[in-house]
Amino acid sequence: MTSVAPEIDNTAEIPGRRAVLITGDLDFTGVTDTVAAVWERPRPPRAWYVALAISLTLLTILGAMVLYLILNGVGVWGLNNPTAWGFDITNFVFWVGIGHAGTLISAILFLFRQKWRTSINRFAEAMTIFAVMCAGLFPGIHVGRIWLAYWLAPLPNQMAMWPNFRSPLLWDVFAVGTYFTVSLLFWYVGMLPDLATFRDRATSRPRQIIYGLLSLGWNGSSRHWHRFERAYLLLAALATPLVLSVHSVVSFDFAVSQLPGWHTTIFPPYFVAGAIFGGFAMVLTLAVPARELFGLKNIITLRHLENCCKIVLVTGLMVSYAYMMEFFMAWYSGSPFERFIFRARAGGPYAWAYWTMIACNVVAPQLFWFKRVRTNVWLILVVVMAVNVGMWFERFVIIVTSLSQDFLPSSWDYYRPSLVEILTLAGSFGLFFTLFLLFCRFLPMVAMAEVKTVMPQAALTAERHPHEHVPPTRAFDYNPDEHEPPAQTGGSS
Amino acid sequence: MTAQATSSTPVRKLHGLIAEFTSPGALVTAAEQVRDAGFTRWDTHTPFPVHGIDAAMDIRRTRLPWLVLAAGTAGCLLGLLMQWWMNATSAADFPTVPTFLQGYDYLISGKPIFSLPANIPVIFELTVLLAALVTVIGMLALNNLPRFHDALFRLPRFRRVTTDRFFLRVDADDPRFDAEGTAVFLRGLGAVAVEPVESDGQPAHWPRWLVTALVVLAALALFPPLVVAKARLSKSPKPRIALIQDMDNQERYKAQQSNPVFADGRAGRQPPAGTMARGQLHTDAHYYVGRVGDDWALTFPPQVTVDQAFLRRGQERFGVYCAPCHGLGGAGDGLVHQRAVQRDTPGWVQPSSLHDQLIRSRPVGHLFNTITNGIRSMPPYSDQIPPADRWAIVAYVRALQLSQDARLEDVPPERQPELR
Repeated sequence: MTSVAPEIDNTAEIPGRRAVLITGDLDFTGVTDTVAAVWERPRPPRAWYVALAISLTLLTILGAMVLYLILNGVGVWGLNNPTAWGFDITNFVFWVGIGHAGTLISAILFLFRQKWRTSINRFAEAMTIFAVMCAGLFPGIHVGRIWLAYWLAPLPNQMAMWPNFRSPLLWDVFAVGTYFTVSLLFWYVGMLPDLATFRDRATSRPRQIIYGLLSLGWNGSSRHWHRFERAYLLLAALATPLVLSVHSVVSFDFAVSQLPGWHTTIFPPYFVAGAIFGGFAMVLTLAVPARELFGLKNIITLRHLENCCKIVLVTGLMVSYAYMMEFFMAWYSGSPFERFIFRARAGGPYAWAYWTMIACNVVAPQLFWFKRVRTNVWLILVVVMAVNVGMWFERFVIIVTSLSQDFLPSSWDYYRPSLVEILTLAGSFGLFFTLFLLFCRFLPMVAMAEVKTVMPQAALTAERHPHEHVPPTRAFDYNPDEHEPPAQTGGSS
Repeated sequence: MTAQATSSTPVRKLHGLIAEFTSPGALVTAAEQVRDAGFTRWDTHTPFPVHGIDAAMDIRRTRLPWLVLAAGTAGCLLGLLMQWWMNATSAADFPTVPTFLQGYDYLISGKPIFSLPANIPVIFELTVLLAALVTVIGMLALNNLPRFHDALFRLPRFRRVTTDRFFLRVDADDPRFDAEGTAVFLRGLGAVAVEPVESDGQPAHWPRWLVTALVVLAALALFPPLVVAKARLSKSPKPRIALIQDMDNQERYKAQQSNPVFADGRAGRQPPAGTMARGQLHTDAHYYVGRVGDDWALTFPPQVTVDQAFLRRGQERFGVYCAPCHGLGGAGDGLVHQRAVQRDTPGWVQPSSLHDQLIRSRPVGHLFNTITNGIRSMPPYSDQIPPADRWAIVAYVRALQLSQDARLEDVPPERQPELR
């Protein structure tokens, strides 16, 4: 890692003054130079190579494990008869949950006009896409005969064999598929102007051609920008209910079944809160090293990190409330099966996993009440690592404790993952980080065009009204009533 | 200054002029001036969407949201229709639909065949999916993107448009455009530089090697679908290719094959010497073979009783096994025969008429033997019809024969009037 540059503290809240989102006195040129430097420097930092080597190794292991699975069948996993879902679905829910933070930042915070999102939305969206790719892998390979996985799709066939649309598992196929597609569109469309920046700054012919093709001939026309902004707003409006629906549908996989511990109406909001909680932890896990490594500290400032920490704290409290409520409902329902399963969660064979989850998801985020923790990158990393682990265990606890002790005590069995499952989980991190590292190096990691819109220089003050105070503009704002009548300023030139 | 360069290079085509500004404020002010001067074919180019530029340029609100609304509605209806069709209709409801599109209304977990609540998630997802796709495709289409050739991209100066510079472009086909005058006008708006946008006048074309490569690729890409289409439309005596075997083809020995595992080298196993499978000890020659002593049995065996019910059973079995060839009346004119005649099947021999004098004269035991073991091209039926049923068929055949060769006196006297 490069030498640790001093942190600029822009976290103070001064009433009446807008906080500085971009530090280091960067102007438009400076922002582009800073972001493009990651891509333009002849070779990336040594740490990038080390991380890529590790990721590629894990990715290779993933490939080997998946091949081994396909050649031998799901028997190579540790699944047993009551516990038909283990690491596979745990990993699926874990990864798809990670993705939610990216969409929250890019869509929901956009609708809420949170300007600080512009510095982190690009790589958070990339994180979403890579996480959903990892997520999609697991249901794909857990079906046994994966060469028949296309049966999930409603394809015309001579057998009149269609998907069962009354099953939540099928809803999942559509939810995750749509989520991936829309996230990819959102990410790519938002990236067009920045890809054009790379095209215009490219010095070698291959790069000019590649980025020229990728940027689709974007030339920054204001008429294009007009439709672009409207399209971006529409995508945000579409992605917002979508992101809430995806983890709700994932939770239906469990909640619509009759199994104690799964059959509960709290699941959809609880899963969504957990997804955002885990996702923001992953955003911080990626942001803290990336801003250090690629010199982005003036763009992804301490304030951005602190805001993310606050969201982790809030969603962590929501998740803690849900944990509490599950126990309350188990008691209040009077159902002996519900009561049993929750007693078994906290005190049964998987109590170790349950208490790991509580320590990581309930206790650890409480440190974020303290500003000193929220503004110290090392302490942030410690807490978010705990949350990453905790959120994986949350899914493990939900899935495995309910299954391994179902209605028939004679079939109870303790689930132990096989080495293949453990290596597949590790390998999925290899896939995720390989893609992320390549993204950092070869694509615009920060939404440069969007960052520029929230800078004070983007306001029309300087030349037009030198002595008049005009609040900074919100360039992605589409309330037509806010457009100033231009006639009043016509004579200023 | 730069505008004058156009006159010295007459072969070059002038597309317009660009003026460079260093701040969004200066650009918006200039845009208002250009608009007020009455220019119609012009645009501004900026590194980020500049607030207020829409009003300064009189950009009308895009109709994109209406396209998206239409797409979302279509997705919603499509999702509903698809789920209803696939899970709640059947081939019986729409028999004219091609097989590969027919719905299948199977019951599962006691859920209703069509249940709207269960269909909501997929309807929602398809609504969002189509709306999002049309948002992106519509935005690009309305913007005329992708567009890889643009004279603007030839200007080194213009490369900063995606970083930190703001440009105002006036097209040469604007009615008010005049290379000299417009350049002076733009400079007067505070532009730090004004430059002509030129090209060599040749229409943009793709590189020849790229076109060749694409054509070759497109031609090659046609092969797989052509091979698939040929396989689907033609017949082949060869077994189908199974890439993934599943359990379609299993390694095993068939009955008459040799198998080195066993001492006698036969794949089929024989019962141990001196044993007999249950139900296969057929010692009663009259009942099982149709013989009494050395002759064909002339009477029905004692195990069966020829009565009305027995004849009905025989009639029903005759209809199943015999009538296809021999015909319901036994005249040897069954549907199989008619079809064979219709198709002119070479070498076809008409099934015997059961009313033939020879067959009429056969003892019942002989008829039983014919059903049991077959004769000429008629196959044996002992595997398909149990002995009692074979005897029932024989009894019915006798009744049929009588029906075609009877005198009035053979009919009971009380029913004779019906036949007169």
